[in-house]
Amino acid sequence: MLKQIEGSRAMAEAIGLCRPEVICAYPITPQTHIVEGLGEMVRTGEIKNCEFINVESEFAALSVAIGASAAGARAYTATASQGLLYMAEAVYNASGLGLPIVMTLGNRAIGAPINIWNDHSDAMAVCDSGWMQLFAETNQEAADLHIQAFRLAEELSMPVMVCVDGFILTHAVERVDIPDQATVDAYLPSYEPVQVLDPKAPISIGAMVGPDAFTEVRYLQHYKQQLALRLIPQYAADFKAKFGRDSGGLLRTYRAEDAELIVVAMGSVNGTIKDTIDEMRDDGVPIGLVTLVSFRPFPTTALREKLVRARNVVVIEKSLAVGMGGPLANNVDLALRNVAGAPQVHSVIAGLGGRSITRASLHKALRRAVVQPWEGSLFLDLNENIVAKELHHVRKVRRSGPTAENLLRRLGQEAEKTAV
Amino acid sequence: MFQIRFHGRGGQGVVTAAEMLSVAAFMEGRHAQAFPSFGSERTGAPVVSFCRIDDKEIRLREPILEPDALVVQDPTLFKVVDVCQGLKPNGYLLINSNRTLGELHIDKVAAQLPKGHVLTVPASELALKHVGRPLPNAALLGAFAALTGLVHLKSVNAAIDDAFGKKIAQGNIAAATAAYEAVAGASAAA
Repeated sequence: MLKQIEGSRAMAEAIGLCRPEVICAYPITPQTHIVEGLGEMVRTGEIKNCEFINVESEFAALSVAIGASAAGARAYTATASQGLLYMAEAVYNASGLGLPIVMTLGNRAIGAPINIWNDHSDAMAVCDSGWMQLFAETNQEAADLHIQAFRLAEELSMPVMVCVDGFILTHAVERVDIPDQATVDAYLPSYEPVQVLDPKAPISIGAMVGPDAFTEVRYLQHYKQQLALRLIPQYAADFKAKFGRDSGGLLRTYRAEDAELIVVAMGSVNGTIKDTIDEMRDDGVPIGLVTLVSFRPFPTTALREKLVRARNVVVIEKSLAVGMGGPLANNVDLALRNVAGAPQVHSVIAGLGGRSITRASLHKALRRAVVQPWEGSLFLDLNENIVAKELHHVRKVRRSGPTAENLLRRLGQEAEKTAV
Repeated sequence: MFQIRFHGRGGQGVVTAAEMLSVAAFMEGRHAQAFPSFGSERTGAPVVSFCRIDDKEIRLREPILEPDALVVQDPTLFKVVDVCQGLKPNGYLLINSNRTLGELHIDKVAAQLPKGHVLTVPASELALKHVGRPLPNAALLGAFAALTGLVHLKSVNAAIDDAFGKKIAQGNIAAATAAYEAVAGASAAA
């Protein structure tokens, strides 16, 4: 049923249709509306046979999900930013134990300095924890990915994180087609656990493993994610057959067939990039896009096939590995490793801490990549003026003070000057 | 694509206004996207929200930098922020006020826009009368429908009904209808 609906509400309704049996969460902006919606649906009976558990922290939220999943229940939770860091130990436990939990991550920056706005730092902080990570471009896809995520997680007995841009998607009201229960039931079979804590047939889960088997446990985790590279496109195809629309998959392309310049990006920024590409195509620039849905597992082969004929690849990402550059760009490099005549890869860091990514700025960066490529990462719309002033100040004064507060003071001074 | 930016203060229903307009457009079979300006909302602080309406899927996620219309829920904001920034030369400007453009010191800005594209409506007063609280968003949407013709009053009222409980919705629908009729009547007379 077509609805004009807030992204968070659409996700809550889609998760409800997946018949979760245990939902536990601790509120943190910007994921709060999702679990508020779910809490209400459990209370009113719209979601049946489900226990909603309020907990005292994110660590407890995921720990409850781990316990519920190990006891054979379909378990769901959601978090963001510092909340994800607070549950980090449990994040590794969920994947290490092979428990098919689905968690929404309302992508948000990580402090300090404290910042409630969107970027992908939180997802990147745990991208190698053994969870699969799927990134949504629209709220339709955000809703649909949850339905696919439960199926994928339970087939492989591995947890899945559905990553949705905080505020930009979670708080946007737009058109979403909410499927009916019968179609979701036909797509998502009931949960049949591969391991279950049952007093009638006692087993232990989570034994200590020494050097004799630890490598093999890890290898099998990695192997399962390689299997997911086959399952994800298969489940997207089945989704299309049953629901009638494209959602999910490993990656998607847009006007990329004859493109000499290809952009790679994840999440909601792909919409703005598509509009920018249309404008540049009108100007005769042979440019296209690869939208990466699955970051973990990383679709190395599929990505290589899409990029290998291009001359230039521009990776636009909302994350920074401090001291290294763009983590997504680094992963894209991997897809082109040892390829003769591989395209040049250019890294753009954009949208950190909620900075708007505009078509105007994308135009400039994308044109520059071809004619005047840069070393390292380009920081989109960096205010070089206040950076230079701060660097100068730090060189001159030993006790130069806290960086964040210094920059805010400078911004304030500049704003006053322009006002006069 | 038609893009509307709402300016108001925290607590005035600025975000709800953009959402209700998007619902009204959706009810007319159009694509619409509404989103807030994602701040740490505080009562009284300047707040911005956005609404895009189109006949095809809306992919753009940048804030609205060049609006086709501005809805200003609190005229004191003209002194605090650059409300009219980026407004298109043929754009619309709708202001919640019982004063004239001259009294608000925005007659110069208004003169640069096409005739009949700038309007003040006493939305807070209408809300006080029909809802009992000076929340101007619904009345402004009624006036917006009359000023731009972008959506029908019927859809605006249905969106209001969708957003609020029955009793509050009734008052807001009455306020929106009164604002619509005041604007439509004035332009018919002119």
